[in-house]
Amino acid sequence: MDWGAIVQNSFRGFIGEPFIYFSLAAMGLNMHYGYTGLLNFGQAVFMAAGAYGLSMAVVTLGLNFWWGLLLGIVVFPLLLALIMGIPTLRLRADYLAIVTIAASEMFRIIARSPSLDRWTGSSDGLTAFANTFYDFNPFDKQKRYFFGLFIGNQMWVVLVGWIVLSLVALIVWMTMRSPWGRVLRAIREDEDAARSLGKNAYSFKMQSLMIGGIFGALGGMFRAIGTQSAQPQNFITDVTFFAWVALILGGAAKVGGPIAGAAILYGILNFTDVFLRQLVENDYIPESVMDGTQVGQVRFMLIGLGLILLAVYRPQGIFGTKEEMALDDR
Amino acid sequence: MTADSSNAQHLFDGVPFEPGTSKNDPILVADNVRRAFGGLVAVDVEHLEVQRGAITALIGPNGAGKTTFFNLLTNFDEPDTGSRVFEGNDLSGVSAYKVANLGMVRTFQLTKSLSKMTVIDNMRLGGTGQAGESFFRALFPFMWRRQEAEITERADALLERFKLSHMRDEFAGTLSGGQRKLLEMARALMVKPNMVMLDEPMAGVNPALKQSLLEHVKGLRDEGMTVLFVEHDMDMVQEISDWVVVMAEGRIIAEGPPASIASNQAVVDAYLGSHHDSALDLEAD
Ligand SMILES: Nc1ncnc2c1ncn2[C@@H]1O[C@H](COP(=O)(O)OP(=O)(O)OP(=O)(O)O)[C@@H](O)[C@H]1O
Ligand SMILES: [Mg+2]
Repeated sequence: MDWGAIVQNSFRGFIGEPFIYFSLAAMGLNMHYGYTGLLNFGQAVFMAAGAYGLSMAVVTLGLNFWWGLLLGIVVFPLLLALIMGIPTLRLRADYLAIVTIAASEMFRIIARSPSLDRWTGSSDGLTAFANTFYDFNPFDKQKRYFFGLFIGNQMWVVLVGWIVLSLVALIVWMTMRSPWGRVLRAIREDEDAARSLGKNAYSFKMQSLMIGGIFGALGGMFRAIGTQSAQPQNFITDVTFFAWVALILGGAAKVGGPIAGAAILYGILNFTDVFLRQLVENDYIPESVMDGTQVGQVRFMLIGLGLILLAVYRPQGIFGTKEEMALDDR
Repeated sequence: MTADSSNAQHLFDGVPFEPGTSKNDPILVADNVRRAFGGLVAVDVEHLEVQRGAITALIGPNGAGKTTFFNLLTNFDEPDTGSRVFEGNDLSGVSAYKVANLGMVRTFQLTKSLSKMTVIDNMRLGGTGQAGESFFRALFPFMWRRQEAEITERADALLERFKLSHMRDEFAGTLSGGQRKLLEMARALMVKPNMVMLDEPMAGVNPALKQSLLEHVKGLRDEGMTVLFVEHDMDMVQEISDWVVVMAEGRIIAEGPPASIASNQAVVDAYLGSHHDSALDLEAD
């Protein structure tokens, strides 16, 4: 057994690229669901907006990287929020849920359609649009950094990711302690009560959808920059549900909940992956029970089991408070 | 104000005791307001004026349509026909939150305390025109901190008045039923409304506190606030209201000062069925 590899890989999952982009996506969901009570089951489409906003600006439209950031972080997600929010936010919560699922699948299917090859690169997607980002890389491309976990380019991506993540967490923390956050929480608890006190619930829900969408777009854009590619299959519905798992695991309506959730989720995924593989390779697990190719599936089964146990024994999530949870029953 | 601050009946000088009668200075006027749920006509009010600066009670048997009428007046529900005018503003098609911002604030019969927010945060929410309710200003606490302190001070004073200070930092979801009623009324007052509409505000509140709050409501009236409230407790109606409006089966069947209501034949019929000729002891309701 190579314990060094096991520890190293688990730790990489804990703080590495997937952790960063799923934390960002889950922080967006936290804004939507945790603080405002909006059901967004299509966070993948906001992530795709970030990835395609940048890549289409650079590759398709020939704009520079900075315009790409503007398109991916601001223009695309805000347009999306308006398109999905205007018809649904006056209605019951379920309508937004339906529209977000539909929108995220529609976007993916349209993006990979061969007739749009010129615009979206269809199923191959778009590549090599983040060179400007790597031009600023202060790290040596040949060297390894941070306990040898990341090579130079990865280190640069991860470092910027951590900074963005901290800024987003700071924004959530500040706004949730403000009167603005108070109105969101009031809407989550009872929209009519908020309205009876003169709060324009529709407008606040739209703002929440936009800002949580921007967080998601940052996550998607980050993923695209890290791999220098934006492809439709990076934004399948599973991606949305991974972000939800991170949120539920860590605890909704807590600033650090989604971050902790994503770290634990990817820490465990990486740990089980390497650990099980080692067990198989060293014949601790016989071929008749499981072989190396099945490890990928089995680790998701373990995560599923873990979530069931969490739902039974700690439904408020790891960082949620039991007292708040209990208020639902009164 | 007159020397006798315990009522404002002088505001009704010369107003006849008839359903739908005109008031000397109406703040709210409803005309032909009708709302049906399927075949059931829940509200069918031909004309009602609410006198400014007075406490008006809206009474009637269960299912008379009082709550539905409240919803229609505050735009939480849309009438099938009819118009409502508040302080000269036609309310047709106006969003409920805008009605609140015009100065007409309501409470709910089934309380809507915001369970996972603290009592003090429930109260602060009621503050109007808060700079910190803009996303961008929210990021710069110095832009709203002073206003927040003012709002908190006002909220604490009201909590004291409503005997909720000891629950200040608890989640509202931990309050008892009566305490929730109190919180909701106090929260509505945070908006500094010109007119409050209270749907059974004192249901489940203990008598001693009820007494002190009634005094508080009278005080608010004397400062110029208009109050319209739904109540089943006739003692309270007699004690606090300057004018009583009686609804039955969606219609307004009687209006007048509290003393004139209990002996009104139409009211007796509505509560007990017709062929009853004794004066009404509504306390049993
Ligand atoms: N949303 C609704 N759908 C169908 N019927 C309704 C609805 N709301 C109210 N009603 C009906 O309208 C009538 C009036 O109800 P409302 O709640 O206004 O009575 P109320 O005078 O407030 O009674 P109470 O004193 O018991 O609170 C009742 O017959 C009720 O069943
Ligand atoms: Mg009612």
